[in-house]
Amino acid sequence: MSIDLSQFFEVFYEESFEGLDVMEAGLLELQPGECETETINTIFRAAHSIKGGSGTFGFTSVTEFTHVVETLLDQIRDGRRALTQTHIDLLLQSVDCLRDMLQALKAGEEPDSEQASLLKLQFDTILAGSLNLPKNGATEPTNEPTEETETGSVTGWLINFIPGKDILKTGNEPLYLIQELAALGELSVDIDLSAVGNLTEIEPEDCYFKWQFSLKSDCKREAITEIFEWIEDECEIDITQLSLNRNLPQPDLLAESEQTELINHPADISDKLSPAEVSTVSDNLTETDKASTSVKPKVTKPTESGSIRVGIEKVDSLINMVGELVITQAMLTQLSEGEFDDAKLASLKAGLAQLAHNTRDLQESVMRIRMLPISSVFSRFPRLVRDTSKKLNKQIELKLLGEHTELDKTLMEKISDPMVHLVRNAMDHGLEPADERIAAGKNETGKITLNAYHQGGNIVIEIIDDGRGLNTQKIRQKAIINGLINESDELTDEQLNMLIFEPGFSTADAVSDLSGRGVGMDVVRRNIQALNGTVELASTPGEGSIFTIRLPLTLAILDGQLARVGEHIYIIPLVNIIESLQINAQHISNLGGELDILRLREDYIPIVRLYDVFSHQPSTQNLTDGLLVVVENENEKVGIFVDELLSQQQVVIKSLEANYFKVDGISGATILGDGTVSLILDIAGVVKLSGLSARHHAMLATQAELAQA
Amino acid sequence: MNIESLNAQLLENQELTPDTDADQYLSFEMAGEEYGIDILTVQEIRGWEQTTSIPNSPDYIKGVMNLRGTIVPVLDLRSKFGLPSVAYTPVTVVIILTIEQDNTNKTIGIVVDAVSDVYAIDNIQLKVPPSLEQNKNRQYIKGLAQVDESTLILLNLNQVL
Repeated sequence: MSIDLSQFFEVFYEESFEGLDVMEAGLLELQPGECETETINTIFRAAHSIKGGSGTFGFTSVTEFTHVVETLLDQIRDGRRALTQTHIDLLLQSVDCLRDMLQALKAGEEPDSEQASLLKLQFDTILAGSLNLPKNGATEPTNEPTEETETGSVTGWLINFIPGKDILKTGNEPLYLIQELAALGELSVDIDLSAVGNLTEIEPEDCYFKWQFSLKSDCKREAITEIFEWIEDECEIDITQLSLNRNLPQPDLLAESEQTELINHPADISDKLSPAEVSTVSDNLTETDKASTSVKPKVTKPTESGSIRVGIEKVDSLINMVGELVITQAMLTQLSEGEFDDAKLASLKAGLAQLAHNTRDLQESVMRIRMLPISSVFSRFPRLVRDTSKKLNKQIELKLLGEHTELDKTLMEKISDPMVHLVRNAMDHGLEPADERIAAGKNETGKITLNAYHQGGNIVIEIIDDGRGLNTQKIRQKAIINGLINESDELTDEQLNMLIFEPGFSTADAVSDLSGRGVGMDVVRRNIQALNGTVELASTPGEGSIFTIRLPLTLAILDGQLARVGEHIYIIPLVNIIESLQINAQHISNLGGELDILRLREDYIPIVRLYDVFSHQPSTQNLTDGLLVVVENENEKVGIFVDELLSQQQVVIKSLEANYFKVDGISGATILGDGTVSLILDIAGVVKLSGLSARHHAMLATQAELAQA
Repeated sequence: MNIESLNAQLLENQELTPDTDADQYLSFEMAGEEYGIDILTVQEIRGWEQTTSIPNSPDYIKGVMNLRGTIVPVLDLRSKFGLPSVAYTPVTVVIILTIEQDNTNKTIGIVVDAVSDVYAIDNIQLKVPPSLEQNKNRQYIKGLAQVDESTLILLNLNQVL
């Protein structure tokens, strides 16, 4: 068979990684002692597909390892072995190990067999332990090849080959198989023709033969299974080892197949030790295993283009829209034929409106294709929390909210690492040890909540813990020691808390391997800012902290309002705008000389003069002559004063940084219909640039109080 | 010379593989002096057109322009080098070139008075007078070269943004 299998590798890896995720999620649901058949079945199926796939592609190391995993799962599934915590832990480690192996294979490297063999040893120890239920009735025939070591006494193989009736219809030719077998050694073939009936009655396309081959060869079992690999599902095949010394077990009795497991592997562990000792051995193994994995630095693979799974209905709607687009285009083409008159003008306009509509719909659906539910990021946290809580010896409960919130795939991949960091920090520094929690009158189980939701054009991700909150005084001292602030600086608690995002800041007394090296938080912030996002922090001592990450939904297109300031035209993202209005001079009050406040219904809105912020020459400085665009920035309303509002349109975001730098108050650039460049406002940046600080907000609050009094 | 013929000549010169050690330089005029830049960094030459200004940017940044869908910053080289600025005229040209800035390649436009010619200059001809070391624009000056009785100031505009 000379089909180039490598073209299917990508699919195999993708499916296998998905399978591993399924296994992991399932394992985390399992509780010791209980036996959720459906869950175990799901895990088993995933493991089985990985085994099957890796077998087809010849990744024997993966196949062999998965086989052992499968054996244990099978016993648990059939209720022959009660599920214990050790099993779950071991299975989870196996998932990690398989992931590493597959990743290595994907990168074209030889997978590290050391970890696998250590885990395999543990499996063997467990499998060698007596089953807690009687073995009767557990006689299912297994087609799985049992592993056998080549003892040297092997002289050949006895192969019973009973092809299915339809084998010829599916294009398989038994003759080729026989030829391939013959190539392995000296082959003698017996054919059983008993099934062949009356010649007038047989179906010419069916196969009625059965074969028995005896092959004199010292080849490995894999060599034979490989030949039958392609028709495995369509035939019954039974491979028995012929040896001088002993007759090898029939692999259809489980008790015996266990026996073979024992023979194959260092049997002394299970033979000499009592069950209690066995468990300590496996504990030790876990330790060494941990040690060996933590020593090896994980090589981060370079990011690749990857692929995306899209729901069929999304693709259907896309095709639908393209269809409509084609129709509109045909209509417009028709209009352009022949003489042009007034009657046609109306239909041309209608056609163009239709075209605009189609384009917009199409664009929206295309963007939707890139949107995936955030659950694919969230799903990695249950495992993380479980492992970390063990390491830290804290009881931690994880709550996930808003898992269906959709987010651009690119963003998703990039936000995951910062989130992992924040969650780890919350567990390590945020949550107190159980005794401290009880002393503080809290539930001894700490709680971490991940919450995602849409707000305007943003996605908001919150990481909430109910721990001790940030120690602002400690942060202050540390910041002074590190030279981030001066002894005399007076900072609000919020400002102090934000210092943890500064480079080189860490307050952890002891540096653990989890967090505390002080390289983390500034990297977290930098990564989030690189995605045009922000991260904020709110903390109440004794009650916990909330980290809020805000990200734009997508990175490519936005709805914009064109606004003019002097001779300059800027684009204000429509999602930021609450309303636009003409200013009534009576509702304006001036605070502290520079800041103008507009009273709008119940709100007091500070006014930011865009010409001032951007040092432009405006058409007017008089507030009543221009227009005020009320925007929302971090839950505060701010009025942006511009000369005039122009049209609204969708703009394609172009990078200003590609050839220039990041400009404060500007999030990007776009090209308008006439080919000129226009800059897109970054509202948060503009407000920051205007110096509208917390002090002003405090003044606003006072003003509001006064008004109410 | 009009811009189209300049671009054609530019292309021709870039395609020619020099048979000597000489490098090709595009020369342009500014405040009565003649400057040269490595022709391989030059993408094209365009007439001056209105740019979109960038708020709170240095004076020498004239703004950004649309180069077939790419946003390209344009800088006034006179202003950057501290020369007196002049009004832009029909012969004012923008040279689009690729520079290295902070280890990445960026495409920028530079406004100069006029483009004059293309010269082949042997690297041996390059001279750096000691008095130049004091110049504040030293980092952009590769050296001086004599061409037909006149002096050409060869520039290297990396990090000019």
